[in-house]
Amino acid sequence: MAEKHLLEIKNLTIHYQTDYGTVHAVEGFNLEVGNGETLGLVGETGAGKTTTAFGIMQLLPEPAGKVVAGEIYFRGENLLGKSKTEMKKILGKQIAMIFQDPMTSLNPVMTVGAQIEEMIKLHEPGTKEEIKEKAKKMLEVVGIPAVRQDEYPHQFSGGMKQRVVIAIALSCNPMLLIADEPTTALDVTIQAQVLDLMKKLKDDFKTSMIMITHDLGVVAEICDKVAIMYGGKVVEYATKESLYTKPYHPYTVGLFNSIPDLDSEQDRLNVIDGLPPDPTDMPSGCSFHPRCPHKMPICSQKSPSKVVVGSEHHVYCYLYEQEGAL
Amino acid sequence: MNEKIIEVKELKKHFKTKSGMLHAVDGVNFFINRGETLGLVGESGCGKSTTGRVLLRLIQANSGEVLFHNENILEYSKPDMKKMRKNMQIVFQDPYSCLNPRLTVSEIIAEPLIINKVYKTKDELETRIDELIGRVGLSERLKTSYPHELDGGRRQRVGIARALALNPEFLVLDEPVSALDVCIQAQILNLLKDLQKELGLTYLFIAHNLSVVKHISDRIAVMYLGQIIELTDYKSIFKDPLHPYTQALLSAIPIPKLGVQKERLILRGDVPSPINPAEGCRFAGRCDYSKQNCFEETPKLIESEPGRWVACHYVRQLEQN
Amino acid sequence: MNTVKQKKNKKKSIWLDVWRRLRKNKMAVGGLVIIILLFLTAIFADWIAPYSYESQDLLNMFQTPSFEHWFGTDEFGRDIFSRIVYGSRISLEVGFIAVGISLIIGGSIGAIAGYYGGRLENLLMRCMDVLLAIPEILLAIAIVAALGPSIANLMIAVGISSIPGYARLVRASVMSIREQEFIEAARAAGSSDFRIIVKHILPNCMAPIIVQATIGVAIAILTAAGLSFIGLGIQPPTPEWGSMLSGGRSYIRDYPHMTLFPGIAMMVTILALNLLGDGLRDALDPKLKN
Repeated sequence: MAEKHLLEIKNLTIHYQTDYGTVHAVEGFNLEVGNGETLGLVGETGAGKTTTAFGIMQLLPEPAGKVVAGEIYFRGENLLGKSKTEMKKILGKQIAMIFQDPMTSLNPVMTVGAQIEEMIKLHEPGTKEEIKEKAKKMLEVVGIPAVRQDEYPHQFSGGMKQRVVIAIALSCNPMLLIADEPTTALDVTIQAQVLDLMKKLKDDFKTSMIMITHDLGVVAEICDKVAIMYGGKVVEYATKESLYTKPYHPYTVGLFNSIPDLDSEQDRLNVIDGLPPDPTDMPSGCSFHPRCPHKMPICSQKSPSKVVVGSEHHVYCYLYEQEGAL
Repeated sequence: MNEKIIEVKELKKHFKTKSGMLHAVDGVNFFINRGETLGLVGESGCGKSTTGRVLLRLIQANSGEVLFHNENILEYSKPDMKKMRKNMQIVFQDPYSCLNPRLTVSEIIAEPLIINKVYKTKDELETRIDELIGRVGLSERLKTSYPHELDGGRRQRVGIARALALNPEFLVLDEPVSALDVCIQAQILNLLKDLQKELGLTYLFIAHNLSVVKHISDRIAVMYLGQIIELTDYKSIFKDPLHPYTQALLSAIPIPKLGVQKERLILRGDVPSPINPAEGCRFAGRCDYSKQNCFEETPKLIESEPGRWVACHYVRQLEQN
Repeated sequence: MNTVKQKKNKKKSIWLDVWRRLRKNKMAVGGLVIIILLFLTAIFADWIAPYSYESQDLLNMFQTPSFEHWFGTDEFGRDIFSRIVYGSRISLEVGFIAVGISLIIGGSIGAIAGYYGGRLENLLMRCMDVLLAIPEILLAIAIVAALGPSIANLMIAVGISSIPGYARLVRASVMSIREQEFIEAARAAGSSDFRIIVKHILPNCMAPIIVQATIGVAIAILTAAGLSFIGLGIQPPTPEWGSMLSGGRSYIRDYPHMTLFPGIAMMVTILALNLLGDGLRDALDPKLKN
């Protein structure tokens, strides 16, 4: 196992058992994240983005959610073989997470200072003063005056709360930060502030990051690599430059076309017809084929395999499988 | 030619709260022409949704006028208003809470028709429901489904069908696509545009997403803390925004393209509280150009150039201080 | 988390869904079965009971359970089994009608208070608070004492004393539903307040009301039995479980079967209602929906 990737996920498959049948939330998911890299994980509701994140951290809701197959290598070690106690040491210290809703991810009856201290205490024990000092420093790092450490979450606005959440996540200097839609709940001007801060911190702390989002604009802003997810799989993976210059997968193309363009005039948007697949009843073969404008007979029979279309750019689609198709 | 279908004059809505008067809508003026879409943009808490609801008298205004075909509907009696409601309807943001979970799709769409006793026979009613379901692109087999069986996009279509049931002239669309995924969002935007063309509807489109608003609107009004600070046709607002807040708002949009990153104007701090706002320009505290009199005198929304309204003391003469 | 799209089982109404979840809860199903049996007993009491509930047989007083008298006989030689069978009529009647009374009055007060808010709400809810300040059983005793003991007055007393609970419950659910956008949609369509409350709000607060009412029936049966026990409820010779308990009290040392069987009947009924109520609470809880 090469050490060049911080995180390497192979063939991850996660199922949920519900009253309505087995939900194939993540199905044969492959991904690598390099050191210091920011990867954007893009997809629609129900594509399996959040489930993947919870799978990496082994925080799937039990007993419904279960990793059925696959390996998750973090610094060369398979996380799926770790015990609960071992995982607890890794979570927070080496892998930290930022959740979508800053309103509910803070404890309303604890001061923000105490919440940061709690995280430090867990992983980097020290004297009371040292911890307090570190917590203050973290607040300053995310642009909140240290004097506000004794205030409660409800005294902060949404953007400020998300800064506190970021401070907590970064307080133990993790190697990997998983951010699940960190700016979706924020207004656009506040989102700009938070994205700006995250960009700066990512450079300062040299943290690798998985940015889960549905907003291709946010990806353009902050990510190095992009993985497009559809129906529980990665359908296209590329560097940001390569993907935004030429997206290959018909779903990626459709996704770009669905966004109203600020610079040009369009009367109608080119939409992808139909709806995302029902995760309890995934289509056979390529899960996008029922909506795909370039559907071929083979698409419904077999899952497409990886086709390399450029340096660090690959796609799972039959359109590019024949030689000379590019 | 340009017939004003609705005109709002000095509309105000204040809410009493424990910590003081919340100025949700504070002297708003605009008009919408027949067949036009006016986009109303702003951040959360700026009063854009309240404006939409006050227009329809779902919330009672404190003062001001709402002229619909030159008649002030705020003075209408209850029965008059009930008749009036057929002409103006609303589509809501949250596709989950906007449909009664205990009714089927066809019952939901039938509600306004039954309340207003539009049809005498059941057959006429059924025909109309089928027509509406087809019009918004729902398949007929969903008629007997309950809302929880539908996804967000389909629920929003049901909401639109319900709003269209009474054949309104004017629709308030309150963030109709912001809870939806981009692909579904695009489908709904296309549907709204098609309906407008086919039925000659007039829209007030409320949203926080500028690219969506630009796509659908003819003119755009930008709201900040209960006031409209700029109102212009959709092209010039993006090419040449006049108000410093509009400029910052535009530069904050993350654009899904490479190498188009404009210089970003990051605003200081948060939106101030709308409770007992101070005199002067509401934006002055966060504005890079604010001068002494910005804090003293509230700028009026004036037509600084033909068709371009802006509320700033220093239009076209902004200098950083 | 992942929003799980529901499978399309054609025309699946919400109640079918609830029933499907309830079915999984063995205890609740057990409760439901007992209650159904009880209802059948009450309805077909004339066929089930081997004796009339008031036919005295002074030669066979204080019989212990035997093949002839399954649950034995009482101080007048009346068959206890028959009296319990007939007693189920009274208990169910009192329980359900009393809850019906408090639900209709309390529910309307709660719905009006919750929907309109403001001063009206203040007035109504403060009246409820006054009622709430008097212990339920004392209030019921006072009402029966004032109206005189009879089945109807018993129902009224038990009903009135539990009005505030329902008023509060309905008000709270109405207030949460009132804020939903579909209420505004109905208003935008010109719907009257009455229609909004009846068609849109109340059906959506059924879940907590049903749970409360199920457990409320149990409480009402207990309260009624309690009142009969102290002589304020059902008058002899009408068989009622509470008054049977009371009648057997003096003979408890020598003939415990006289109190045992009505006691068991009451306990089983209350337990069944509570199990069903708990099961319904879980089955109706939207948080458990996927």
